Amino acid sequence: MSRDWMGDSLTLAARAVKLALEDAGLKKDDLDGLLVNAGVSGAGPRRDGNLSLNLQTTLGLRDLKLANHMNGAGSTAGQMVQYAALAIQAGICNVVACVFADAPLTPGQSAGAAYGSRGPARGIAALGTHYGFFGANASYALAARRHMALFGTTHDQLGAIAISNRKWAQMNPRALRRAPLTLEDYHRSRWICEPLHLLDCTLVNNGGVAVIVASPERAAGLKQPPVYVQGMGQGHPGNPRRAGYENEVNTGAAIAKAAAFKMAGVTNDDVDICELYDCYTYTTLVTLEDYGFCKKGEGGPFVADGRLEPGGPLPTNTGGGQLSGYYMWGMTPLSEAVIQTRGQAGERQVKKHDLVLVSTQGGVLDYHATLLLSPHKSL
Amino acid sequence: MNQHSGTTAVPRPAVEVDEESAPFFDAAARGILMVQRCDDCRAWLAPVARLCTECLSESVSWTAASGRGSVHTFGIMHQIYHPGFESEIPYNIAVVELEEGPRLQTNIVGCANSDITVGMKVSVTFDKISDTVSIPKFAPA
Repeated sequence: MSRDWMGDSLTLAARAVKLALEDAGLKKDDLDGLLVNAGVSGAGPRRDGNLSLNLQTTLGLRDLKLANHMNGAGSTAGQMVQYAALAIQAGICNVVACVFADAPLTPGQSAGAAYGSRGPARGIAALGTHYGFFGANASYALAARRHMALFGTTHDQLGAIAISNRKWAQMNPRALRRAPLTLEDYHRSRWICEPLHLLDCTLVNNGGVAVIVASPERAAGLKQPPVYVQGMGQGHPGNPRRAGYENEVNTGAAIAKAAAFKMAGVTNDDVDICELYDCYTYTTLVTLEDYGFCKKGEGGPFVADGRLEPGGPLPTNTGGGQLSGYYMWGMTPLSEAVIQTRGQAGERQVKKHDLVLVSTQGGVLDYHATLLLSPHKSL
Repeated sequence: MNQHSGTTAVPRPAVEVDEESAPFFDAAARGILMVQRCDDCRAWLAPVARLCTECLSESVSWTAASGRGSVHTFGIMHQIYHPGFESEIPYNIAVVELEEGPRLQTNIVGCANSDITVGMKVSVTFDKISDTVSIPKFAPA
């Protein structure tokens, strides 16, 4: 993870898979499945360096039984694990590497330039650009505004999320933002798109993350303690963009949760740690509501008073999340969940880690995938 | 009210009319806001609908809307992503819900950014940026 150029996204993905294999105690020939997810860019000077299924050739993988380039936007990380698990259960393959890599910060290109996408210049679709709608910052600002207007959510409450993340990040050597952060710092940070301050927004960085999925039998006896997928689900609400719908204040988490919690046979009270996609402070707030940790509209009061912080009753985004840790789309919550589930988070390890909730979320609250992870084979 | 009076060195991103959007911009030049409507189930649809999101009919027609609505949500942009906005920041972006139902991206004009509120009643007004292109915006009703 770095804000500096470390290589194109194909190279970063290859390094991530290599590290994951070493970590698991597997050889590359043990892999028979490969699922990849490229971020926004990162080809670099060679032009052919964007992560794609070319990763198979780059890694010299032969005779794979599963290979795909997946794109469920920010929900892809959770989805990749789900499709890998389903394929393994169905007997299609045995050991699947799921990898995300991105290198949006090339020399001379800022995060804003990489993520501030511009629409087409022709027709109705050109109007959005003409009005000045740019990138995810604008869309999430509009969503947060709607929540504030309907439910009275405040900047102090959003700021509490940023501060909680930073406190966790200070204990994570991989986190990119670890300087102490106060509520005053949060309020003073410049506006990006009101109501979002800079410190409401994720950082952006280059990097790669890979996880390896195998059956419990195949994982037994490997170098690392297995992390069991106890539940999984998806929810993609669809946005009709007309009266009668409140997509700005509802995510797919409620739909995804129902399937995942039923599969695992658990309730919210069983969840020890939340690792949530937090591209913005607001995303954490609305996601907690949709998982039912509080009622719709009560996310603001719920996150105030340090509930999510180290030592709080609902440890959330324990590596600093995307806001202060590192931005690897859904691999941010997933990677930290794996570390916590294994009990390997060092200073920031949460004592009780029997059940860890992972939420990966994409689009503008459009796509959602849930995983429930545990160190225990049966709950 | 008109933000394109020639004081900006670089204009906002251009809007080119294409075949699909011609009825929308022809009407806009005459001060009429068009959206689309399903010929079969009569559902009001946002422009441009490929087919009706309710009944999947491909028979949808441009239809004049009242031009009245309310602010569904809005934001105030401070970040510059295009040089055409350099002299305008902070500027507002808004989603207006028409009385007929469809929600449109737009800008609010005719009031200060600090006076915009969610739920505020607005009506359409047109910003003529060229001989062929008028841009629908919304002002307090």
